[in-house]
Amino acid sequence: MATLHTRSLARLMMAPSVALLFLWMAVPLGMTLYFSFIRYNLLIPGPKSFVGFANYYYFLTDPAFASALVNTLIIVGGTLLITIVGGILLALLLDQPVFGQGIVRLLVISPFFVLPTVAALVWKNMMMNPVYGVFAQIAASLGLAPLDWFASAPLFSITLIVAWQWLPFATLILLTALQSLSEEQKEAAEMDGARRFSIFFYIILPHLARAITVVILIETIFLLTVFAEILVTTNGGPGVATTNIAFLVYAQALLQFDVGGASAGGIIAVILANIVAVFLMRMIGRNLEA
Amino acid sequence: MARAIPARRRWLLSILAWAVGLMIFFPILWTVLTSFKTEGEAIAVPPHILFFHWTLENYAEVQQRSNYIEHVTNSVVIALGSTLLALLIGVPAAWAAAFAPARRTKDLLMWMLSTKMMPPVGVLVPIYLLFRDWGLLDTLTGLTALMMLVNLPIVVWMLYTYFKEIPADILEAARMDGARLFNEIVHVLAPMAVPGIASTMLLNIILAWNEAFWTLNLTAAKAAPLSAFIASYSSPEGLFWAKLSAASTMAIAPILILGWFSQRQLVRGLTFGAVK
Amino acid sequence: MRRTLAALVGTAALAIAGPSLADTLTIATVNNGDMIRMQRLADDFRQKNPGIDLNWVTLEENVLREKVTTDIATKAGQYDVLTIGTYEVPIWAKQGWLVPLDLGAAYDVNDLLPPIRSGLSYDGKLYAAPFYGESSMLMYRKDLFAKAGLTMPEKPTWDFIKEAADKITDKQAGIYGICLRGKAGWGENMAFLTTMANSYGGRWFNEKWEPEFNGPEWKTTLNTYLELMKKDGPPGASSNGFNENLALFQGGKCGMWIDATVAASFVSDPKQSKVANDVGFAPAPCGTTCKNANWLWAWALAIPSSSKKTAEAEKFVAWATSKEYLQLVAAKDGWVNVPPGTRKSLYDNPDYLKAAPFARMTLQAIDSADPGLDGNSKPKPYIGVQFAAIPEFQGIATAVGQQFSAALTGQTSATQALQNAQLLTEREMRRAGYIK
Repeated sequence: MATLHTRSLARLMMAPSVALLFLWMAVPLGMTLYFSFIRYNLLIPGPKSFVGFANYYYFLTDPAFASALVNTLIIVGGTLLITIVGGILLALLLDQPVFGQGIVRLLVISPFFVLPTVAALVWKNMMMNPVYGVFAQIAASLGLAPLDWFASAPLFSITLIVAWQWLPFATLILLTALQSLSEEQKEAAEMDGARRFSIFFYIILPHLARAITVVILIETIFLLTVFAEILVTTNGGPGVATTNIAFLVYAQALLQFDVGGASAGGIIAVILANIVAVFLMRMIGRNLEA
Repeated sequence: MARAIPARRRWLLSILAWAVGLMIFFPILWTVLTSFKTEGEAIAVPPHILFFHWTLENYAEVQQRSNYIEHVTNSVVIALGSTLLALLIGVPAAWAAAFAPARRTKDLLMWMLSTKMMPPVGVLVPIYLLFRDWGLLDTLTGLTALMMLVNLPIVVWMLYTYFKEIPADILEAARMDGARLFNEIVHVLAPMAVPGIASTMLLNIILAWNEAFWTLNLTAAKAAPLSAFIASYSSPEGLFWAKLSAASTMAIAPILILGWFSQRQLVRGLTFGAVK
Repeated sequence: MRRTLAALVGTAALAIAGPSLADTLTIATVNNGDMIRMQRLADDFRQKNPGIDLNWVTLEENVLREKVTTDIATKAGQYDVLTIGTYEVPIWAKQGWLVPLDLGAAYDVNDLLPPIRSGLSYDGKLYAAPFYGESSMLMYRKDLFAKAGLTMPEKPTWDFIKEAADKITDKQAGIYGICLRGKAGWGENMAFLTTMANSYGGRWFNEKWEPEFNGPEWKTTLNTYLELMKKDGPPGASSNGFNENLALFQGGKCGMWIDATVAASFVSDPKQSKVANDVGFAPAPCGTTCKNANWLWAWALAIPSSSKKTAEAEKFVAWATSKEYLQLVAAKDGWVNVPPGTRKSLYDNPDYLKAAPFARMTLQAIDSADPGLDGNSKPKPYIGVQFAAIPEFQGIATAVGQQFSAALTGQTSATQALQNAQLLTEREMRRAGYIK
């Protein structure tokens, strides 16, 4: 349907965004690439010498690198799991004609609007604090010893905070997809004698496939670089239990002020993220074709 | 869409829904309540839920220490400005991708999205140096431009998915009726695209508002938005829970209220696909 | 007609030129109690210096360090006054990033306490004006000690502390024998653990810059620390830094607390502290030696050389660290809240000594800490009591702090933590070229 005229116009219309993004990618990325090959520490003045792949080698042989990789995947995977399963359940619940549906919806989507740093602070100090926090007080009232969340289950705690923030997003997208499912289809299936369970698996779930794809894609992008929550709560610890790749790069950049090493880390992170992206696209990309 | 279901089931479901909703909302509720307590009350064990001495002293102290209005203004300018700019550039791009796709359009879109996968901290120093050289450090201009770039991929991508939902036949029909491109856009496309554009805009305002990394590192005093405001309360200073709660409430209140009022718009935009 | 015109033009000119007469200083500070108080009292400065406006950037210590260091290292010039400590000053002064201070005769720079003054100088010139100085000491609950039948010796040892903590701990009642820093950070748990290691005769690096975590002194230090915290420490200790422990002590939950001397005024203030009248003070515990068992630190105001308003900035720095400022705080908030540890004249002031029962002990502690190369029982190649004044230290020490914090949570064993610390420190020092 695209005529020649439309096609060149289309290219013109795409040009600004592509050009801007390209510049945005090229210039800083180019500088980062350059920095990754030299010895550049903010605190140590002097000529910046070319050191080849030394920075990369250093970053990759960091004893924390392997666990950072695993932690990153755990945070992403865990959050995706919680938000999608939780999102589907919540969407099903909110789809029902309950009293005060509007208000319940408001309550459920609220966490999405909270600044990540505020969310992390609130969870750390008000909910999970083992002396004054709400969880501790509930445990105490039940006669149990309060759990020191960030000491015993740090990665889980971080994943919980992140999932709490992203649950509304998943719920909203899944709910609207759910509501677009035509009533007749469901009624027809019911009249054909299908049980509720089968209706769910064979009609509802496939219809949600596209929405789930969108959720996975957008969430993964943000979850790969989760940083604020870690900084505010555990600072990557204890040990390196909650250090993900983004935090590892940060430790190089803003604690060591080792720009060379951090740049190498950033490039490595981009490569890893692209691998994940290709993987994702291969797995679920077909769902994107409407 | 009213289905006839037995009243008892409706009550049970309602109770369940309310319980879940309140559980999810609870941290926010607790924070707002604590912001009205004195510091001593805030750490009281067992906690007093509603019947305590309500006070505004925390808000007074926070307001005295930090210029809240200035921070809010900065947040609004950055969030709104960057989103509008992104829309300006993104709408044409998404239109082109949806209605005049070339062979490589899909790849181009994926590449755009992949630019977001770079951890910001890796490019912090180059951006910092660039900003320094161009005099953009601690300026609203610099930050708005940066936020626009950061969110542009999402804007383009979301608009693309909405535009794809618009049936091409309607546009075809309009064209065959002799409508020129301009009319096509204004009178046919725009009305159908408005919900999608609105919800993209809302989502991006929220994302830009909540952005903490760049805003914290590239501002000092003049252009600091709310994320920097809350950072000055992020570390405890002796007894501080009540002050932190007050500062947190002040930081999230504007966007929370905006989100609540516009949630219908948000949902409608996302429901667009259902209106066939 | 011409006169009116002239008057109009004149007013217009003034109106345009008016706002530019006001200079704005951007000040970066930490969100400590004393700094926040300085913010509150800044009106006094504005009265004395009309035409200078103040813009405050108040952040948590770690975030502040990052921002300020990035700014000064890239000469971005966003700040006019910085709050930095005895760690940064020698390093940055050497790089030429700071402006040497000349604060005038009225400032009486000879009144500054010698150890603090030398900690903030380089090559004989003062590069930062001390806002407050501190060492570390032991704070304890006299009432709990009396109840357990204990008396605090003049120079307590770690063995005594262990004993006392065991006797005082009553977890049912929410009383923990001892609260110590556990939060990871070079300025948090490592500041404390380094001085504890000093008290057992240890040091960070030997003369060849090799780390000594595989040595007996650090092993004893870490094991004693872990034992104490496990038996008598509060839950969640691995996230507790200075501020968290302060909150715990003020809330009456700690029997003892070893931390910065500045805490003394906060725990003795009845407006903030539930136990204000029951606090006793003693020197930081000794192990096999008492040398450098307590640390030396000062938060100071410095001016980056990239600032374009050095003259005004100097005025502010002089105001905030002057004798008059101390008087101002005394008048508004009482002598007990005056920022301590900077001037000899403060410790000669009878009003202060009366209001602050911890004053003499603070002064003694500051005087006894020796950051020089011979300050520990073994010679060391670095300056600093609880840190090593090399740029690489903060990154390394934070990572080591993470390891020790992990040992505290039980995630790693003490042996593993020490081994990890040794490996990562060696790795960094080799990369930085200290170890050939």
